[in-house]
Amino acid sequence: MNRLLVVASSPHIRSEMSTARIMAWVMAALTPAGLAGVYFFGLRSISVVLTCIVSCVVTEAIWQKCTKQKISVSDLSAAVTGLLLAYNTPPSIPLWMAVIGCVFAMVIVKHFFGGLGQNIINPALAGRAVMLICWPVAMTTWTLHGISTPTPLAILKGSESSGAALPPLFDTFLGSIGGCIGETSAPALIFGGCLLIYKGIVSWRIPVTYIATVAVLSLLLGRPGGPLLEIMSGGLMLGAFFMATDYATSPMTAKGQVVFALGCGAVTSLIRTFGGYPEGVSYSILIMNLTVPIIDRMTMPRVFGEVKTHGSK
Amino acid sequence: MSLKLPTFRGGIHPPDNKAMTAHKRIEAFRPAGDLVYPMSQHIGAPCAPIVKKGDKVLAGQKIADAEAFVSAPVLSSVSGTVKEIGMRMTISGSMDQCVVVENDGEYSYDATLPPHDDFKSVDPKECLRIIREAGIVGMGGAAFPTHVKLSPPPGKKIRWIIVNGAECEPFLNCDNRLMLEQPEAIVGGLEICMHLFPDAKGIIAIENNKPDAVACIQERLAERDGSMKVIPHEVKYPQGAEKMLIYTVTGQEIPPGALPADVGCLVINVRTLFHIWTAIVDGVPVVDRVISVVGDAIATPKNILAPLGTSVRELIDAAEGFTEEPAKILSGGPMMGISMRSIDVPVMKGTSGILALSARSARHLEESNCIRCGRCVTACPMGLLPSSLDRVVRLREYGEFEALGGMNCIECGSCTYVCPAQRHLTQTCRDGKAGVMAARKKAPKAEGKGEKK
Repeated sequence: MNRLLVVASSPHIRSEMSTARIMAWVMAALTPAGLAGVYFFGLRSISVVLTCIVSCVVTEAIWQKCTKQKISVSDLSAAVTGLLLAYNTPPSIPLWMAVIGCVFAMVIVKHFFGGLGQNIINPALAGRAVMLICWPVAMTTWTLHGISTPTPLAILKGSESSGAALPPLFDTFLGSIGGCIGETSAPALIFGGCLLIYKGIVSWRIPVTYIATVAVLSLLLGRPGGPLLEIMSGGLMLGAFFMATDYATSPMTAKGQVVFALGCGAVTSLIRTFGGYPEGVSYSILIMNLTVPIIDRMTMPRVFGEVKTHGSK
Repeated sequence: MSLKLPTFRGGIHPPDNKAMTAHKRIEAFRPAGDLVYPMSQHIGAPCAPIVKKGDKVLAGQKIADAEAFVSAPVLSSVSGTVKEIGMRMTISGSMDQCVVVENDGEYSYDATLPPHDDFKSVDPKECLRIIREAGIVGMGGAAFPTHVKLSPPPGKKIRWIIVNGAECEPFLNCDNRLMLEQPEAIVGGLEICMHLFPDAKGIIAIENNKPDAVACIQERLAERDGSMKVIPHEVKYPQGAEKMLIYTVTGQEIPPGALPADVGCLVINVRTLFHIWTAIVDGVPVVDRVISVVGDAIATPKNILAPLGTSVRELIDAAEGFTEEPAKILSGGPMMGISMRSIDVPVMKGTSGILALSARSARHLEESNCIRCGRCVTACPMGLLPSSLDRVVRLREYGEFEALGGMNCIECGSCTYVCPAQRHLTQTCRDGKAGVMAARKKAPKAEGKGEKK
């Protein structure tokens, strides 16, 4: 023995799971939905996805360089934000708009609040929300096979192309409908979501509760398309599996996750039914993000051996 | 399909790495060098030497003792001459007064403790006296004096004596091997405890990754009445933690600050029972223990029966040294073990394993931001929020730490193990507990509530 021994406090072994590995799995799980997007909407989707990923990573690196922080883009969290933001934009979005959305997401939403894990709302969704306000037409122009196509939810809302017929339910399921790059293909999103659940990266609680709540409320609120159309259209699958499950902006406790997902489902259905927008997934998640600290506070686990929950003191 | 085995909420599943030594018989070891006996090998008052330099001592002879009730004497593990009494480094890296004995290689035994053919004829008070004189402490690692544990406050009725054969720390096999090789003494030790507490039932709790040990103990129980039973439980860390084990086998939660006796339980490690048996029946005190010398940097991992006071270096040599330069050497398992500064230190009563980890296994990664994934919350067997505790400790908000239940932390390390951001959650909890204790000392009347500056 020539070297000095390392002296550190226990435990001395660590699980293999790291932040970068989690983010890599999320990107892998998102890949099928992206491939479906390229298949349905054409190669331009690829340039949007790449633009967003590169913008987010470069923005984070520049910000951290300027603020003299350690550059942490290798944890892949910025890349995941870019990927998700791209999936939440129409394939025809002008690339410069996507770049601005990414810069807003990274600087204002993520790093103004302290960076990874500290942001209070989902950066990708906040970026999308800002883009929707700034460029409402570009953000709601949907093209499928080169033809402008309204989304099923827009048809239900009757806000545009009134009188247009709903696409066949099977097309809605597969994703061969108008919509954002990564949100239309339910099988691809469900596959990716199940992969994350199987790998233990996200719990089933948020996606299952969220989707079930929307399905039940669509019946209660008498939505004309029925529960199946309701859960397969818009951003619900993408939102439930990949956006509402974002660690930083969802509750940490099992009970809290169910409460959060119930809230997401309720707000989504209310926006779709009574709101001015045809779709409500983004805003519902953003609104519920803001309730996470209080949900976490109210749903603290019971300390072993204690009769009363310490959260209720 | 197997039945669902009993367990607790939370916990983790680290790779158990038990295969290295699970099937290796315990090998007796005779040390060549001097034997070193620290005065503080147990929880409680340190001992003072009762021998002086130049004295001849016998194996099993008491060489240090204390007046205090919560203490246990130290015995020489070999016969020889007291060479020195002075400060030496111990396995935890701190300095302690030690008695150094030069081994004469004779192993002549002291016969102070009387053997008993029938332990049932021994008065319970006499049993406790023998247990104390034999230097028996909790051999699972905590080293709490056993005669104290077996003297619960009057009025506390003991209904269960739970034998801890969980051995949930990865790598270690010392308890597993003892159950396989000395089942009669372990069951006998339990019978002695039940002789002390006639109303108690005996439960032997064994983690289900040791089916041989379960079968072996079950075989011994088959010959006896039904007052003892084996409960195999789910393989999960920290199953061997006292609170988790009691919950698993009796369904009772120990309230914060309470003791096992408050819920009618006593938890005793298998090696401790073995010593209770040999002390009372054979008149043999604690002079040795089984130590798993193991790890991915050890050439030939072994389970060694080592005389107490043996140098760690000798044990590593007995396992044929290192295959590669170790990064860390631990006393105990990888989850709760202490990393050693030097291997020229003696093994003590509580040393269950010597674990040499390569740089690969003991990798030290840089902390990054908490991503709020909640893995620590799911893993915490005490139902705490380690990530929140970590945050408040770093802000020095000890009052908030206490309000969040931080004082209940058992330091099992599960939260740190699962943290993908490599945060030192267990360590910040230790800091938090120390901070609260310091604040309580400063303002004893404020009952430790609220932050003190």
